[in-house]
Amino acid sequence: MPLLSVRDLVIEFETENGVVRAVDTISFDVYEGDTIGLVGESGCGKTVTGLSILGLIPSPPGRIVSGSITIMGRELVGLNDSELREIRGRDISMIFQEPMTALNPVFTVGNQMTDVLMRHRGLTRRQARNAAIEMLAKVGLPVPAKRIDEYPHQLSGGMRQRVMIAMALSCGPKLLIADEPTTALDVTTQAQVLEQISKLQAEFQMAVVLITHDLGIVAETCRRAIVMYCGHIVENAAIEPLFANPRHPYTKGLLDSIPRIRSEKLEELPIIPGRVPDLLHLPAGCRFADRCVQADTQCREQSPLLTSSGTSGDLIACHHPYAPIHTGQIS
Amino acid sequence: MNARDHTALLEVRDLKKYFPVYGGIFQRTVAQVRAVDGVSFSINKGRTLGLVGESGCGKSTLGRAILRLHEPTSGQVLVDGQDILGLRRNQLVENRRRLQIIFQDPFASLSPRRTVAQIIREPLDVHRIGTSANRECRIIELLADVGMGAEVRDRYPHEFSGGQRQRIGIARALALDPDFIVADEPVSALDVSVQSQVLNLIAELKRKRGIAFLFISHDLAVIQHVSDEIGVMYLGRIVEQAAVNDLYARPRHPYTQVLMSAIPVPDPTTKRSRIILEGDVPSPMHPPNGCPFHTRCVQAMAVCKTTVPPIVNVGDAANPHRVSCHLYN
Repeated sequence: MPLLSVRDLVIEFETENGVVRAVDTISFDVYEGDTIGLVGESGCGKTVTGLSILGLIPSPPGRIVSGSITIMGRELVGLNDSELREIRGRDISMIFQEPMTALNPVFTVGNQMTDVLMRHRGLTRRQARNAAIEMLAKVGLPVPAKRIDEYPHQLSGGMRQRVMIAMALSCGPKLLIADEPTTALDVTTQAQVLEQISKLQAEFQMAVVLITHDLGIVAETCRRAIVMYCGHIVENAAIEPLFANPRHPYTKGLLDSIPRIRSEKLEELPIIPGRVPDLLHLPAGCRFADRCVQADTQCREQSPLLTSSGTSGDLIACHHPYAPIHTGQIS
Repeated sequence: MNARDHTALLEVRDLKKYFPVYGGIFQRTVAQVRAVDGVSFSINKGRTLGLVGESGCGKSTLGRAILRLHEPTSGQVLVDGQDILGLRRNQLVENRRRLQIIFQDPFASLSPRRTVAQIIREPLDVHRIGTSANRECRIIELLADVGMGAEVRDRYPHEFSGGQRQRIGIARALALDPDFIVADEPVSALDVSVQSQVLNLIAELKRKRGIAFLFISHDLAVIQHVSDEIGVMYLGRIVEQAAVNDLYARPRHPYTQVLMSAIPVPDPTTKRSRIILEGDVPSPMHPPNGCPFHTRCVQAMAVCKTTVPPIVNVGDAANPHRVSCHLYN
């Protein structure tokens, strides 16, 4: 049984100009100890998906219209606030891009961490403080016994991100949702934080859903990737085939256009032409059709469904996917 | 191509920009942030110097100090041999025609109350270039140069995506036909699929119009495509500078090597040994003695803690590769 199971999830937001369907009928599973990358550009619905798993969709304007989210068999859609609070932090935790928005600026690191520990693990204040210091040491914060009494503004960006990770992991959750955890950090700090997350993941046997726009990070840390475009999942595949042989034209375009260090400078960088359509005025057929070199009439009229791509367990939503490359086997 | 075939359009000599830190009840200056601490380089006509470094290294301050958007503390900025730091405001305005800037955040750098045409027209009005009718034609030309149609002229910035806004910002910078543009992280706020579109546009402008760029970025992968030469900054200083192919093929400074190894590679089959740095960048208010990088450098020696390494040329006279590190002394 999967640890997390999302089925036909639809999330809508009321805006001044109409109702926007940010997430449109998506389904995926996350198994115990797994690392899944949820990839896409701004507005594709990846963050909203992450927030919905913790019941954090701001409502109004947002709302889960239909679908189901289950963790270890328990349905999360429709739970009330106090039921959700029992699950958050204990079973599922989340870390965010901007640690300053997730940490409370008027409380010390220690105050914020001990609250969670006392609530979920039933520790006394003293025990909770010791557990917090231990956790801060685990995430590699220098001099944790001193830092625990500091306020978030006294810490650097990298240290704040470590504090947030320590808070999120302090109760040993089964699932961590990491929403662009390193986007606000410098590359050298990013490398430190990513390494810390994978180390802790192995130690705590926890599953991670890593939400990111950076395919480089996905290639280095994840086992599978789910590629989203305009609220749809367009491809869900294991990392090796996805990078070696992307089947969906959007995945391929995204991979080609990542800035990377090349041995020879190119005359012109590969691009995806055009831009992401407005969620209020989505095309009738495939949402990528206007930017796609493969698109034909069928693509413009009929939205492709997410179905098996032929490779075991991998899924794709495309009428004309690129052919799979068979290496060392007869097709 | 030999660098000496060109004349230096812009030359920066020992430029410093210190920001005072005020404190105490009388708000006296209690410390100084050494944002730019003695930087020298030159850029020839039509060439691009890429400036790369992490947040707080002083790269943006340097870009602004060159244009006197931040008044430098000391040093020289020569444009065609003339020091613009000594110029009075009205003399400076003449030079500003030739020196322009593109900002990182296309949401903050365009006035929300002005139409696209008004935004692009403003520099033409300020510098009184052409008649009103000329200016209108020029706006349409500029929009075409950045790949936008004339129909967008009466729309407002909020109606555009990030990539399109950045194109508008570029059109504004091009309005006065500048010789030199400071591009401060122009694609960092954009999604990958439009990032390359804007980078291609900048490369094309450079080719067609012969504009020289100082291209500031935190991303070594982005900066390679647009640069002829790269300077790596750390704590207010350029620690390594070389031609682009030379730098990527043989990075010499330990910090450059760390930066290169830290970039995630979008290929799951390569498993590289990454150099993971310890700790954070020291505060530019209290930079360490000796080499600024010695507190985090895995190869630090005793001399690094006491003496600032001089800049030495490890390349040859025709293809200089300058590095400031005791390993090469």
